[in-house]
Amino acid sequence: MVEFSLWDILRNLLLAVRWTVGLSLIAFIGGGVVGMLLVLLRQSRWSVVNNLVATYVQIFQGVPLLVQLFLAYYGLGLFGINTSPWVAAGMGLTLYTSAFLCEIWRGCIAAIPKGQWEASASLALNFYEQMRYIVLPQALKIAVPPTVGFLVQVIKGTALASVIGFMELTKVGKTIANATFSPFLVFSCVALMYFVLCYPVSLYAKHLERKIHVHR
Amino acid sequence: MNIQLDFAAVLSEWPLLLTGVAWTLALTIASVIVGTLLGIGCAWVRARGFGAALAPAWLKAPVGAYVELIRNTPFIVQLFFIFFGLPAAGFKLSAETASFIAMVVNLGAYATEIIRAGLEATPKGQIEAAQSLALSGRQTFVWVVLPPALKKIWPSLVSQIIIVMLGSSVCGQISTQELSYAADLIQSRNFRSFEAFIVVGTIYLALSVLMRHVLNWAGAKFLFGRR
Repeated sequence: MVEFSLWDILRNLLLAVRWTVGLSLIAFIGGGVVGMLLVLLRQSRWSVVNNLVATYVQIFQGVPLLVQLFLAYYGLGLFGINTSPWVAAGMGLTLYTSAFLCEIWRGCIAAIPKGQWEASASLALNFYEQMRYIVLPQALKIAVPPTVGFLVQVIKGTALASVIGFMELTKVGKTIANATFSPFLVFSCVALMYFVLCYPVSLYAKHLERKIHVHR
Repeated sequence: MNIQLDFAAVLSEWPLLLTGVAWTLALTIASVIVGTLLGIGCAWVRARGFGAALAPAWLKAPVGAYVELIRNTPFIVQLFFIFFGLPAAGFKLSAETASFIAMVVNLGAYATEIIRAGLEATPKGQIEAAQSLALSGRQTFVWVVLPPALKKIWPSLVSQIIIVMLGSSVCGQISTQELSYAADLIQSRNFRSFEAFIVVGTIYLALSVLMRHVLNWAGAKFLFGRR
């Protein structure tokens, strides 16, 4: 039987962290772009568009991420697209992230006093100009702490990609645990690595939040 | 391209789905009750801003470590640690017990921070008034500080409870027979994987919408209404 040293376990887990980080970045950036689009549509004066986006958000927030990932995985296959775990996990997590970011950012835009909209309307700015020059710059400042905070949720969410066969930290951890028969040690290391990834982000989000409250 | 969806094949397995819903709800309700109590206890330890310290100081560090550790690791890893890791250290658990413990531990950490925010929002005058009525520290906490704090944070607690309910879908990975496990079982019987997960996703959506309404209504009506 092959013996595994602690270093073997740690090295393989560290290599797997790459995929967790990579998938998190894809989900966060993709989700950010889609979420930005959605939040602009959410401001629409046509109630149909507005309600559609609200329903989208409700669906993605009310269905477990696990089920969303399975739907992406099997759905892509059904529609004849090659279901590599990368495509399915990337798409599933992007949609999930976009719904949450859309809701977070909508809250930030809603927090801008109505007088700002009215004042900019009375200056004959159109919707685009109001958004671009008056509302978004202010909303962006409020939006940074909760957005950074949500990054932690995204990183933790990538752990679920393991169920559709994506070889990231959790999946590699499970494989190593099966091979070494020391699940206690391996899952402790896995948890520790997620903690090392997430805790600094959490602290930074808390720090940003405190900074904003001082300015108020 | 011609895609034919066959929902009848999935819906004909309704006893499995029903069992799944029952397990999901049972796990959620049980873990919410225990997890909220755990959260109240930990919030009591972690709360600041009461003038005098509430809890013994030596408790703060371990409780703080627990909260931060749980909040910064994925639920699925916590579940695997409890189900696969603990038996190696001598604790053997059934899948259902492991799921329940993982959900309690998870909700407990998030509830701690939510409830703590409520506790810290208590006006100082309230506590001084309680002290001047000669209430003990424990009486002040249970009767003066806690009820308004819980009322204030009820909406966030409801959101967290729903997140925990959705998170229970992960417990199917260790073969707890909850809703997503039912979907997995159904698709292994009739290969209708996409339809099975659409049906189950819809059930989760309905459960979460329903749960939010019921909890918000119950909170206003029974728990924190006017007295």
